[in-house]
Amino acid sequence: MKKISIEPFFRHGFLMFVVVFTLVPIFFTLATSLKLFRDIISGSLAFTPTLVNYQRLFDPSQSNFLRLTLNSLVAAVGTMVVVLTVASLAAYSLSHFRWHSLWSGLLLGAILFIHMLPPVTFLGPFYLIARSLNIYDTVLAVIMGHIILNLPTATWILLDFFADIPKELEEAAMVDGANRFQALTQVLLPMIQPGIAAAGALAFIFSWRDFLFSLTLTSTPRGMTIPVGISSFVQEYSIRYGEMAAGAFFAMIPALLMVAFAQRFIIKGLTLGALKG
Amino acid sequence: MQLTPNSSSASKPVGLTNRLGGFIDRTFQYWTIAPLVITLLLLVVYPIFQLVRMSVSEVDIVIGRAVWEFVGLKHLETALQDPVVPVALKNTLVFVIAVVIIETLLALTISILVSRSKHLVGLYRTVLLIPLLVPPIAIGTMWRLMYDYNYGFINQVLAVFGSAGLTWTADPKLAMPSVIVVDLWHWTSFMFLIILAGLESLPQEVNEAARVDGATESQILRFITLPLLRPTLVTAIMLRTIFAFKVFDEIFLLTGGGPGTATEVISLYIYDVFSGQFRLGYASFLALGLALIISIFVIFYRRLGRRAQL
Repeated sequence: MKKISIEPFFRHGFLMFVVVFTLVPIFFTLATSLKLFRDIISGSLAFTPTLVNYQRLFDPSQSNFLRLTLNSLVAAVGTMVVVLTVASLAAYSLSHFRWHSLWSGLLLGAILFIHMLPPVTFLGPFYLIARSLNIYDTVLAVIMGHIILNLPTATWILLDFFADIPKELEEAAMVDGANRFQALTQVLLPMIQPGIAAAGALAFIFSWRDFLFSLTLTSTPRGMTIPVGISSFVQEYSIRYGEMAAGAFFAMIPALLMVAFAQRFIIKGLTLGALKG
Repeated sequence: MQLTPNSSSASKPVGLTNRLGGFIDRTFQYWTIAPLVITLLLLVVYPIFQLVRMSVSEVDIVIGRAVWEFVGLKHLETALQDPVVPVALKNTLVFVIAVVIIETLLALTISILVSRSKHLVGLYRTVLLIPLLVPPIAIGTMWRLMYDYNYGFINQVLAVFGSAGLTWTADPKLAMPSVIVVDLWHWTSFMFLIILAGLESLPQEVNEAARVDGATESQILRFITLPLLRPTLVTAIMLRTIFAFKVFDEIFLLTGGGPGTATEVISLYIYDVFSGQFRLGYASFLALGLALIISIFVIFYRRLGRRAQL
């Protein structure tokens, strides 16, 4: 009955095509970033790789990219710290205490709502808030936007992890003389480290990725982040292909590192975040 | 040395600390939820209140301060007469419907094929995760390089076959399909991850039983896998539809909404009214409209989700 099937060849053939389709733009961008302008024009596959585009990008006398990188890092770390603090406390409170379903429903509903709304909704109000608090064109304004981008996913991930911890553990710690705060920070939080890592990694990356908030809440390199810098390369009168490619590839590095080293966390976090809603 | 003066009155503060500690413990539930409540009040409730207020006002920034003028429903009249609004709505709908349909079919195919594979699954998963984490602006840049008329990868490949190449993003007819291809590159992975997770959670015994009864693989797929997968598919499609309305970065970078208004989607137009024309009130009115459309989808989605759980 059993025939030798050619199905696996078609199956892997198709999937390999998907893999190639996904990787080609990345490799082409990497290649372009390593080319001199004459090699970009000639379009030949053989070229001598050069780091000149990256050097130009990070030379403070020629470009403000170094400053933007610093801003992006501060925004991402700041967002991560705020989001992890708020989300882990809230997830603890919602999962370890009895809440009237009206309150928990209201909070979780609000979180779902901001996850679904297009960020463009918040532009006007956030702009006015930034102006009135005098934080327009600072990283602080950018962080404000990034908090609402990341709060929902982080809360859902941490809720899921907290739900798996039995309440008796906290009670045991309190019998041993700890107060609730100590029980939380010394017993519970260490237990959900993978959840904190997943939520933190995603908050970092989704802050690092954002373009719209940085575009509208900043106007100079004082508060601007990397994506806005890259977009300005594109809009300049003569497109600087090499630096544009170098900037784009550099901006991808955190994503590539996460895929390489934290894949399991990220997949779990992303699907959880998607399905919890 | 500095501790000595305190030692005499040590007992009192301890009692106080204890009582305070007891109070904090008893109300710990509220202390821990407070940061979230404050964040939501400051960054969601207040901004949405402001958005509603802005959408019935003209707002100007004069020397760094906002000046408000109530105008009632003037922005509604403007929107009804604005020729770009229907175009942007139409483009958004075309974009959303096209990407959701194509991405669902593609992701379903890919995840079924991956779930049948024993080898290379790690590679497929890893590579497909990349587009979800890469900054959208980098995606736009990459595809701008790919589509470039003179030096782009696609036209270079076409040149090998003797074709002159096309102006992908500058041609009014090709611009929207070109933008859609970029979105497929970016978002098919999202659908793939959800659908694959759904496939992996399906009970395997049913398939085994059907196979024993002589069902073919295509029959199993059609009569067992797909019906069981329906709730996952509905969730994935609804989520993707809601998220597709958010599209901004890639189109901003690839075409800026052009040529003409060929790829002007609603987010892009709101941004343009907000930042390019600096009409804060009108932009807020349009944003509020978009938020209402999305809210209807979200309510609909919650209903579906609840029914799927029953």
